[in-house]
Amino acid sequence: MSKSEQSKAKAPLLEVKGLETSFSIEGKDYNAVDGVSFTVDRGKVVGIVGESGCGKSVMSLSVMQLLPKGIGKIRNGEVLFDGEEIQSFNEKQMNQIRGKDMAMIFQEPMTSLNPVFTIGYQIEEVLHNHFKLSKKEARNKSVQLLSAVGIPRAAKIVDEYPHQLSGGMRQRVMIAMAIACQPKLLIADEPTTALDVTVQAQILELLKDIQTKNDMGIVLITHDLGVVAESCDEVIVMYAGKIVEKTDVESLFTKPKHPYTKLMMGSIPRLEEDTEKLETIKGIVPSLTKMPQVGCRFANRCPKAMPECTEITPQLEENEQGHEVACLLYETSHPKEGVLG
Amino acid sequence: MSITENKSTKTQNLLEVKDLKMHFPVKGGFFRRTIGNVKAVDGVTFDIKKGETLGLVGESGCGKSTTGRSILRLLNPSAGSVIFDDQDITNVNGKKLRDIRKDIQMVFQDPYASLNPMQMVGNIVSEPIKNYYKNKKEEEMKEEVMELLNKVGLPEDAYYKYAHEFSGGQRQRIGIARALALRPKLIIADEPVSALDVSVQSQVLNLLNELQDEFDLTYLFIAHDLSVVKHMSDRIGVMYLGNVVEVADKHSIYKDPLHPYTQALISAVPDASNFGQKRERIVLQGDVPSPENPPSGCPFHTRCPKAMDKCSSIKPQLKEVKPGQHVACILYD
Ligand SMILES: Nc1ncnc2c1ncn2[C@@H]1O[C@H](COP(=O)(O)OP(=O)(O)OP(=O)(O)O)[C@@H](O)[C@H]1O
Ligand SMILES: Nc1ncnc2c1ncn2[C@@H]1O[C@H](COP(=O)(O)OP(=O)(O)OP(=O)(O)O)[C@@H](O)[C@H]1O
Ligand SMILES: [Mg+2]
Ligand SMILES: [Mg+2]
Repeated sequence: MSKSEQSKAKAPLLEVKGLETSFSIEGKDYNAVDGVSFTVDRGKVVGIVGESGCGKSVMSLSVMQLLPKGIGKIRNGEVLFDGEEIQSFNEKQMNQIRGKDMAMIFQEPMTSLNPVFTIGYQIEEVLHNHFKLSKKEARNKSVQLLSAVGIPRAAKIVDEYPHQLSGGMRQRVMIAMAIACQPKLLIADEPTTALDVTVQAQILELLKDIQTKNDMGIVLITHDLGVVAESCDEVIVMYAGKIVEKTDVESLFTKPKHPYTKLMMGSIPRLEEDTEKLETIKGIVPSLTKMPQVGCRFANRCPKAMPECTEITPQLEENEQGHEVACLLYETSHPKEGVLG
Repeated sequence: MSITENKSTKTQNLLEVKDLKMHFPVKGGFFRRTIGNVKAVDGVTFDIKKGETLGLVGESGCGKSTTGRSILRLLNPSAGSVIFDDQDITNVNGKKLRDIRKDIQMVFQDPYASLNPMQMVGNIVSEPIKNYYKNKKEEEMKEEVMELLNKVGLPEDAYYKYAHEFSGGQRQRIGIARALALRPKLIIADEPVSALDVSVQSQVLNLLNELQDEFDLTYLFIAHDLSVVKHMSDRIGVMYLGNVVEVADKHSIYKDPLHPYTQALISAVPDASNFGQKRERIVLQGDVPSPENPPSGCPFHTRCPKAMDKCSSIKPQLKEVKPGQHVACILYD
């Protein structure tokens, strides 16, 4: 193994450093993702949770370089894939790794399948883009993939069109396309939200299987805490474009730290527990154009807010081994005894 | 309020649904003849006591909304009966139906679609009152509406605003205020929080619970999210392909489900107290059959891990298998 290959093997699969992604709104740029850093290792599942609009999808689209052209752009930061800096890749270079080494399952399956082509055609296209395969080989492979994602009558379904399938089946087709080239990294944006629980269970099991077989790294965006608990190794909690907490899955559930994380977790009913009254979070997220640039973005809704929360921007800091939180309550330079807990 | 006190007042049924069927004709061919039936609801039985919340769960297309709409008589049931407040309302019409509709209100899933965005909130909420009490004084009505807005947690100036000026959670509050306007006895809430973000969802769920106590409401709470349904309900009915396959106290449904479908459904819900451990899960094979062409016998037999030969020929009826737990499955015959 050459030296560069060695260092490559040691580098995390995905490393995102200080990512800032902005949208142009009425001629001005606003950061929808604002200084986000994290890594994904091979064979690990990193979950991303957070309120609607906090930047989960924009973050994923930035990594894949699929931001809407002319509106959204990466303003700052680095994206390293397999040790290689890719945020400066051109379209051609990205096309070589997108779909093959890194793939994405999109939040809305209907908008990502082309209604005028058969299911088989669309999967075969992905395969032809990255491998030298005969027509027949590609066809066989797509039937195989469809059965792998649990689609009955796969040999028939390849010749059908997206509108002929149920929502659950379309989502499975999307997954088949995403795993067609056995990617090293899979970004799954709410892959099971539109599905019934029994179908969701099948799909999560399937992803787990492929992941262990191929040592694939997964970024799993979901609002379902049960899915987080059962499928993720690490969890990132986002609020208004920033990471507010990052930890292993067990610590998230046993000792959440950020006030937002605590409230969010308490606001969701759980099947395994009885709660009299659910937690609520007062107020709403500030909109992109009205985002405070100094201080904590959760301060206006936070039950534990202190006067300095609107003046000092909290940094994501390790509070306990492997458990990072961005909140003044935990910053060592701001010891606030008695308010913790 | 103590639990026992609660129980003793909850003995009388407000609603009884018996073997309810709702079949939609499928038209086809040149003459648009009826060529088949979608058996959306195909023999649903349950009752709801006064002051109780019955949850209705099941996967997409199993007939939950159709059941709700048939009870409210937005649809005319094909068979069966609906008894409301000791009155058979299955076939009532005209003025009688109008009277019933005052007592049964519905809250819909999509707060965006169910409200006219160009109408003033005050008008949206007072519309049902105007409808039923033509002679009510403008002043009095306004006061009532203001109070309702206050009760559902909207600011008073909401009265003069338009629905499109509100967020999803606020619009759902408007929908709830309108449903409350006629002081109904029963509210059918069809996926009232599915379109909402989780932090807003909890506000609406808490609100529904507070209003139930305050106005002595009875709920039929329809949703596909089992955790939400369990949180809201006293008892839960589980539907599969147009049928109720199990009805029981929510703890029995969760801890000791008896119908093989309920067992599979519960085992499929990911458990937030279970980190990274593999759980024994009943994974169902195949897809849900079409309600246009449902299987013979037990509707679940084509996917049931415990199916026996006779399951394809005998349609099991709901039976009380344990106290308060009704199951439609031959295994318990
Ligand atoms: N094409 C766009 N133009 C302008 N703003 C956008 C665009 N796409 C996203 N945004 C904004 O960027 C922010 C982040 O959006 P994003 O879609 O990443 O949220 P999300 O966390 O994925 O939410 P959800 O849970 O609802 O999917 C939001 O404020 C959104 O309004
Ligand atoms: N007006 C109609 N005409 C024909 N078929 C109908 C009609 N309304 C509903 N159906 C069918 O009846 C079945 C039950 O539909 P229903 O909307 O009651 O399901 P649901 O349990 O509420 O599903 P979801 O969870 O997706 O809301 C479905 O197969 C649906 O396609
Ligand atoms: Mg998103
Ligand atoms: Mg429905």
